[in-house]
Amino acid sequence: MSTNIDKLHDDHHHTPSGIMRWITTTNHKDIGSMYLWFSLIMFFVGGLMALVIRAELFQPGLQLVVPGFFNQMTTMHALVMIFGAVMPAFVGLANWQLPIMIGAPDMALPRLNNWSFWILPFAFTMMLSTLFFGSGGPAAGWTLYPPLSLQGGDSFPFTILSIHMLGLSSILGAINVIATILNMRAPGMTLMKMPIFVWTWLITAFLLIASMPVLAGAVTMLLTDKFFGTMFFTASGGGDPAMFQHIFWFFGHPEVYILILPAFGIVSTIIPAFSRKRLFGYDSMVYATASIALLSFIVWAHHMFTVGMPLAGEIFFMFTTMLIAIPTGVKVFNWVATMWKGSMTFETPMLFALAFIVLFTIGGFSGLMLAMVPADFQYHDTYFVVAHFHYVLVPGAVFAIMAAVYYWLPKWTGKMYNEGLGKLHFWLTTIFVNLTFFPMHFVGLAGMPRRIPDYAVQFADFNAIASVGAFGFGLSQLLFVYILFNTLKKDVTAEDKVWEGAEGLEWTLPSPPPYHSFEEAPKVD
Amino acid sequence: MRISNILLMVIFPTTALAEWETNMPRGVTPTSEVAYDLHMLIFYITVVIGILVFSAMLYSIIYHRKSLGHEPAKFHESTKVEIIWTVIPFIILVGMAIPATKALIMMEDTRDSEITVKVTGYQWMWQYEYLEDDVSFFSKIDNESNVARRLGSNVDVKKVKNYLRNVDNAVVLPTNTKVRILLTANDVIHAWWVPELGGKKDAIPGFVNELWVDIKEPGTYRGQCAELCGKDHGFMPIVVHAVSKPEYYKWVGIQKTNKVAKNK
Ligand SMILES: [Cu+2]
Repeated sequence: MSTNIDKLHDDHHHTPSGIMRWITTTNHKDIGSMYLWFSLIMFFVGGLMALVIRAELFQPGLQLVVPGFFNQMTTMHALVMIFGAVMPAFVGLANWQLPIMIGAPDMALPRLNNWSFWILPFAFTMMLSTLFFGSGGPAAGWTLYPPLSLQGGDSFPFTILSIHMLGLSSILGAINVIATILNMRAPGMTLMKMPIFVWTWLITAFLLIASMPVLAGAVTMLLTDKFFGTMFFTASGGGDPAMFQHIFWFFGHPEVYILILPAFGIVSTIIPAFSRKRLFGYDSMVYATASIALLSFIVWAHHMFTVGMPLAGEIFFMFTTMLIAIPTGVKVFNWVATMWKGSMTFETPMLFALAFIVLFTIGGFSGLMLAMVPADFQYHDTYFVVAHFHYVLVPGAVFAIMAAVYYWLPKWTGKMYNEGLGKLHFWLTTIFVNLTFFPMHFVGLAGMPRRIPDYAVQFADFNAIASVGAFGFGLSQLLFVYILFNTLKKDVTAEDKVWEGAEGLEWTLPSPPPYHSFEEAPKVD
Repeated sequence: MRISNILLMVIFPTTALAEWETNMPRGVTPTSEVAYDLHMLIFYITVVIGILVFSAMLYSIIYHRKSLGHEPAKFHESTKVEIIWTVIPFIILVGMAIPATKALIMMEDTRDSEITVKVTGYQWMWQYEYLEDDVSFFSKIDNESNVARRLGSNVDVKKVKNYLRNVDNAVVLPTNTKVRILLTANDVIHAWWVPELGGKKDAIPGFVNELWVDIKEPGTYRGQCAELCGKDHGFMPIVVHAVSKPEYYKWVGIQKTNKVAKNK
């Protein structure tokens, strides 16, 4: 009798069918899937903008677009990729994974969860629609530096409102993550027994709550400068354009770690699974993540060394920035120690995780070079910087997301992707990502500034190579989409524990997991 | 350039006609030289660290694989090694911080300059004012580049001399002289940058930044605006002619006479 009631309860989902199911859903898996699909769509939208940029830069001279439109593309590409592709992908992964990793039935605040997702499509519809305005979309760079951003046309208030909405969505998502992790862990799962991905997301959520309101403040001040004559950032009214940069990067640097800490968590999950060996130095990984997060609040001005700070300020920010290399280094060393004397296999998630370690480390090295203020005076605002942050964001954050999708897709769907195609996708992506971004180091050092639609002819060769790489990279991602759909139309065959070396509560659930993940909390010892 | 040429170049880089500049120029000023030396120092340090870390990784990948029947070891923590790989990087960082700080202090010391040139950024040109000699002029992209750069100009930009890196009026500066450059802007933020003369600084409306150069070799040095400043950000080049001091004063004299002539 009692089992019967349980079953009834399980079947009773209150789910409307069709589109209303997705609009009204409060289920963490549905919302997680919507976040991930949304992210994939935005990845292609932002990618198309990148291809417009690379097509124009294929040769010197202007062939395709006017400079104003080029600037709209660089601005929008960044906004879409950061707020539309990478952040929602991580939130989607958090939605799917946190409850099933900590033994909870769902997220702590399911309705809030629905709202934080559904803000996104509206925010991006508004932001992207500005491209069709007569005066065009925002063109002052995603950093929105005044006074240039104040010259923006009709798109300006729309962009700022959509940034407010994105910030709201992120803060709500972060509150939900914290509430879930702190309140809904299975009995026996103490903080220091949590899966490392859960740890990195807990810390990321605090970064979001601390930094997003700062961005909201900065863009609101821009808005009042433009429409209400406040002159926060206008020298003639007693304001200071450089102050915007300080406020922006006080948000912006924690934001950088919001984009990478969950990636650290993913790699720290996958490397042990395919090395068949426990993560080396779990405690130090947690402490390293926390120290990176704390340091992120005292390094912001390294994004703006050329702004003309006092010597003491430049030295302070140089030293704090260099310090970040220590916890980051600890992470890389721990990953290598995890592999050391393991029993490794190289399925697609592992390949992406290994490439992450190598290429993210290269991005870390160029980051260390950029921390050196005297050299940064040369690097600043050149393609060297573009190469640096794309190395940490594409083969960094994006590779980690792809690794996570390949790793957990069989768990989510119960269906196994085609391993051969997955590996092909990995190799194409890795080759083209390097072909795209490695030459950018060279042109940057040789003197090519970023955000220019046309360049002196000595930069032509490497730019042509980068453009070929970018188109190759973009086309390779169509294979990723094919792999996803190809997997989804298969039959359910995956085992509960898909990977031999995988650890964690999610692998004790069936594949795919039931609608309310853990109806009864599992025991962790 | 035809696509076939590009493919050829990718396969046989030596057949390429153009220069394949891959590194920061060492430049011709004390500031550009310290920046270069520091850049190379850190570069080599990261190369060594990279080789060590990636070799350890590669060794594991080759020898500690399941297909070779390697059994996983059981170790998963060691406070000792954690301390080691925290302390050693810290020592390396201190070793990098010392020369960097020294270089920075030298670069930011603008005292004892002989000449001061005030540079003002405009959308999209530069104004140069020689404060001691009361000489001033505007400098913008030269006409040939400006025509060629238009969308649909049908000009082969590779045939344009110093495409996008040429101006109508170049800045003239004396060699072996400490020149202080004051930077400001009239509309939005720009950044004045000539790689061979050292680093850049932002030109911010309403504020004055400073920078110094001491050019050791006569010659023509080219750069451009480095801070996004609107639609023609990519089209505000900088050209500096460095000449000996006597030639410099001769040039100043001519500027003054021209000015007097113009005013008459
Ligand atoms: Cu400019």
